[in-house]
Amino acid sequence: MQVPAPFDYVRATSVDNVLELLERHGPESRVIAGGHSLLPMMKLRLARPEWLIDINDLTELRHITVDGDWLRVGALTRHADLLASEVVGRLFPMVHDAEKVIADPVVRNRGTIGGSLGQADPAEDLTTVCDVLRAQVFITARGGERTVDIHQFHRGPYETACEQHELLTEIRFPIGVRQGSAYEKVERRVGDWAVGAAGAALWMAEDGTIADATIGLTALGLEGLAVDAAAVLVGQRPSEDLFAEAADLARAASSPIEDQRGPVDYKRHLASELTVRALTKALDRAAHSTAVQGG
Amino acid sequence: MQVTMTVNGTEVTRDVEPRRLLVHYLREDLGLTGTHWGCDTSNCGVCVVLVDGEPVKSCTQLAAMTAGHEVRTVEGLAEGATLDPVQQGFMEEHGLQCGFCTPGMMLTARALLDREPDPDEDVIREAISGQICRCTGYATIVRSIRWAAEHPATTSDDAAAQEVPA
Repeated sequence: MQVPAPFDYVRATSVDNVLELLERHGPESRVIAGGHSLLPMMKLRLARPEWLIDINDLTELRHITVDGDWLRVGALTRHADLLASEVVGRLFPMVHDAEKVIADPVVRNRGTIGGSLGQADPAEDLTTVCDVLRAQVFITARGGERTVDIHQFHRGPYETACEQHELLTEIRFPIGVRQGSAYEKVERRVGDWAVGAAGAALWMAEDGTIADATIGLTALGLEGLAVDAAAVLVGQRPSEDLFAEAADLARAASSPIEDQRGPVDYKRHLASELTVRALTKALDRAAHSTAVQGG
Repeated sequence: MQVTMTVNGTEVTRDVEPRRLLVHYLREDLGLTGTHWGCDTSNCGVCVVLVDGEPVKSCTQLAAMTAGHEVRTVEGLAEGATLDPVQQGFMEEHGLQCGFCTPGMMLTARALLDREPDPDEDVIREAISGQICRCTGYATIVRSIRWAAEHPATTSDDAAAQEVPA
């Protein structure tokens, strides 16, 4: 039987209360939301907090709101909430692409966006999604709130900019016009981590050229965005050849390792092929997003 | 710590360690062994119960986190002697062989049908994709859930009427 080591449990009543509890119980306290990363780690003794601070009652952290040019998503928003949200699917279809293949439907009822980003697993999908969509992360401490860009938030495997005494409260996505995005993942079976995945977003100019682009890879040995790959797209008219060129650069930027999910050659192939697929789908969606947002 | 939650319509309170997992709380503290305990790693789905109507893997939730919520286990599916249509469907369409995955499968099916009364095969397969069956190849489980969709529960008045001998 796998059970966590003993700990004390407290249910937080507000964000201020969480911050107070984190300060009171110090470095051996951890916040728990969905628990689908933390509890398995506690069972394996990879994490051994003395205090668990349960934030599941903080409904103020569970929301999806359009606020001017931003889509604001509370950190406690469940994967299932994101997947069920029409506005998320319309503005950022890439989030739906990824959410459909994160864990399985039952796990998605519990797991949260804040938990996924905070866990910072190197093969985790939403970090790439947030990178590609240039999301911002809101972190609250007793002294006030601060904003960090997602690439500054993610500091490496299992490490983020959110300090022990702080709480990740919200993720904000900038809403663009003529924008399209897509996420393409290959997994061995439902619920598994990615063998490899690629995400892309395109912002189109009125004349049909690409005004801006981002490309990210998951589980393929690239931290942050594939900057060179995206750069060749900017100012160009989209074409199969252009996307193939970007995909070659994404492949060059990848440095996957061989494991039970596949050999290096295959994963490099995925970096290239999934980048082409993501760009192609993103372009198609950018074309449709003009009509939707104009209407 | 004292943990109070509603299980199958009845409020229950037990004194448990904070680290008590919901699956063990149900099986060992409450004696509700219909909830099965399998992989321990939130992969297999045999421990699925409904929390506030949603399927949840009870091996990856603390009893403490469930305090104040409503839990429904397989023991709470039937109403008296009347089986839930999902249970009847698993009988009619041979939805189980060894029965290990069955409670979790039926609860996920119940939640699906509550949300979407007439799901097609793809929707059903997606809904149960977080749960593993090693006997049936899933085909009969999907048929069982379809059977339940085609035979929704009648209201208790209707049921009473049907029980009147012809």
